[in-house]
Amino acid sequence: MTDLNVPAPPSGPVPWDKAFSRIVLSDMLRIRRMEEKAAELYGEQKIRGFLHLYIGEEAVATGALRALQMEDNIVATYREHGHALLSGVSMNAIMAEMFGKQQGCSGGRGGSMHLFDRATRFYGGNAIVGGGLPLAAGLALADKMTGRQALTACFFGEGAVAEGAFHEAMNLATLWALPVLYCCENNLYAMGTALARAESQTDLCVKAASYGMPTLRVDGMDVVEVHDTVQRAAQHVRAGEGPMFVELQTYRFRAHSMFDPDLYRHKEEIEAWKTRGPLHTFSARLKAQSHLTEEEFLALDAQAQAEVDAAVAFAEAGTWESTDTLLRDVHTPPETA
Amino acid sequence: MAATTLTYRDALREALREALIADQRVLLMGEDVGSYGGTYAVSKGLLEEFGPNRIRDTPLSELGFVGAGIGAALGGLRPIVEVMTVNFSLLALDPIVNTAAMLRHMSGGQFSVPVVIRMATGAGRQLAAQHSNSFEGWYAHVPGLRVLAPATVEDARGMLGPALADPDPVLMFEHAQLYNLEAELPKGGFPAVDIQSASVRRTGTDVSLITYGGCLAKVLMAAEELESQGISAEVIDLRVLRPLDDATIMTSVRKCRRAVVVDEAWRSGSLAAEVMARIMEQAFFDLDAPLARVCSEEVPIPYAKHLEEAALPQTPKIVAAVLTLMGKSP
Repeated sequence: MTDLNVPAPPSGPVPWDKAFSRIVLSDMLRIRRMEEKAAELYGEQKIRGFLHLYIGEEAVATGALRALQMEDNIVATYREHGHALLSGVSMNAIMAEMFGKQQGCSGGRGGSMHLFDRATRFYGGNAIVGGGLPLAAGLALADKMTGRQALTACFFGEGAVAEGAFHEAMNLATLWALPVLYCCENNLYAMGTALARAESQTDLCVKAASYGMPTLRVDGMDVVEVHDTVQRAAQHVRAGEGPMFVELQTYRFRAHSMFDPDLYRHKEEIEAWKTRGPLHTFSARLKAQSHLTEEEFLALDAQAQAEVDAAVAFAEAGTWESTDTLLRDVHTPPETA
Repeated sequence: MAATTLTYRDALREALREALIADQRVLLMGEDVGSYGGTYAVSKGLLEEFGPNRIRDTPLSELGFVGAGIGAALGGLRPIVEVMTVNFSLLALDPIVNTAAMLRHMSGGQFSVPVVIRMATGAGRQLAAQHSNSFEGWYAHVPGLRVLAPATVEDARGMLGPALADPDPVLMFEHAQLYNLEAELPKGGFPAVDIQSASVRRTGTDVSLITYGGCLAKVLMAAEELESQGISAEVIDLRVLRPLDDATIMTSVRKCRRAVVVDEAWRSGSLAAEVMARIMEQAFFDLDAPLARVCSEEVPIPYAKHLEEAALPQTPKIVAAVLTLMGKSP
C-alpha cells in the first residue's frame, strides 16, 4: 500500500448531527446508484455517446454542493451527473437526458455531457476541458456588477490546469476580484495521463497561488473535510475578498469514459484507493459513533434505488422529439426575444 | 435634423456611447479599449465618460476574456467584447464556437448568450501575414452565430443597437481600411440598421456584383468603370454574412442574369464559394453566363506593397472578371 502512496482512509467521528449526516450519505448514495444504473443502461445501449462516471468521487460534489447555496451558479464539466443532481436537477430529467428524450433537462440536445438547468442555475455540462473556467469568471463578473449576492462555483478536473483557459481565468478572476470558487477535482489522471506525465509543476495550489489567489487543499475522499473546506472558501468569496481555489484530491474507480480500457493504471492502485471509498468510509464512521445503523443505511440505499428506478421508468416512458423540431434553439425565436 | 460628418470610427464610438447610456447592463471589454482608447481609437474617451467598471481593459488573453464576456452575457450583462483583430480571435475560437454558438442548442433552449463581439478584419495596410486575415467567412460557417460586416458609416453607426438587442451571439467585423471612411449622418440619434438583410448599394441590369465589408468601395469603383464601358452593374452588399439573405441575392441575379462575387478571403472554401453554390441551387436557369468570383490569392498576405496589392481583390480584377463574363476581352 505504501508503494502506491495512497493515504489512510478517512476516519474518526463525524462532527455533524444525525440528520445532516444522513442527508449527506443519502446524496452520495443517490449519485452512486444513479451512475451504476447509467453504466448498466449503457451496456444495454439505452444510453449512448460518451458517458463519464463519477463513481468514487461522490464526496467531492456532495461535500461541496452541500456547502453552497441555491442562488449560487454552478459550472461543471462532462463528468457532471452528480453536480447536476445535487444542484437540484431532478434525477428524472437527468436520466431522460441521457436517454436523449425530450423530457431530458436539455431537451435531448445535450446528453450526458451537457446537462443544463436554468431553474437551478446549473450552467453545464461543458465538454471542453477548461472551457467552463472563463465562463465562470464571466458569470461572477455579472453578479458582481449587478450586485447579486451569490458566488459561482466552477468544477473542473486537474487536466484543465494545462490549458491556457485555466491561467487566463485565474488571472482575470483575481485581477477583477470576482466572486468565483474554483474547485479542482484532482483525480490524478487527465483521461489516461497521470499528472506528472503532463505537468512540470504538479502542485496545483502553487499554480493558482502564482496569480495571487488564496488556495486550500483537501482530501476529496472525506466528505466532512470537503464540506468544511468548501464552506470556509465560500465564506471568503462571499465576503467580497475575491476568488478562491480549492484542490480536492480524489480518485475515480471507473475508467475515464465507457470507451476507455483503463490500461494506464494498475488494478492494485484502484483497489488501494477503493479502501478510501467515500460511501463505505463515511457510513462506517457514522455507524461507529451511533449516527447510523445498518438498517438505516439499507433504508437510505433503498430510497436511492427507488429514485433511480423511478427515473429509469420516467426516461423509458419519455418521448422522442419529432425531427421537425431539429433546427429549434439554434437562435432565439423572434417572439420570445 | 442637422447633419454632421462622421468617420466610420466616430460612428462606431457614437453607437457605443449610445448603447452605454441606454442600458446599464452594457459594458465594453477588450484589449486596450480603456486607457489606450482602443487600438483603432474607436473607444477613445469612453473610459473617462463611463469609468473602468464599464470600459474594461483586459489582459492580452483572448480565450480568457472572450470566455468571460460570454459568461457575463449568460449572467445577465450585455457585454460588447472587442478583440483587437480577427487574427487574434483564433485564440478565442473555443469560447466563440464551442460555447457561445452552441450553448442555446445544447441546453435545449434554456440559455442564450447575448454577447456582441467586435473585431477588425482584412488586409491592405502592409501589416503582413499575421495581421491581414479575413476569417469572417469561417465564423459565418457556424450555426448559432449572427455575423455582420458593416461596410458603410451608416451601418457602423446603426448595427450595434440591433446587435445588442439580439438575444444570441453577434460578431461584427470592421474592415481595418474603413475606420477613416467619412459620411454625412444625422446628428444625435440614428435609426437602427436592419441586421437581417443585404443591401442594394447600386442598381443595375447587366451583372450583379456581390460583396461585403472592405471590398464594397472597390466594387462600387468597378461598377463606375463598367458604366463608362456601357455595362450596368448592380452592387449587393451582403452586410449580414450569416444568415445570408438569399432573397436579395436571387432577386438581383434573376434580374441581371450574371453575377460576380467579390470576397477578400482566400478563394478556396470562401464565403464567395457558398454564395455561388446558392445561386447555382436557386437561380441556375436564370443565368446567361457562368458565375465568377474575385477573391484573395491563395497565399499568406505578403508585406511588400506591390505583392500585397497583387494578392487582394482590386478594382481592375473585378472589372476584368465582369468583362470576361460579358464576352468582352478586358
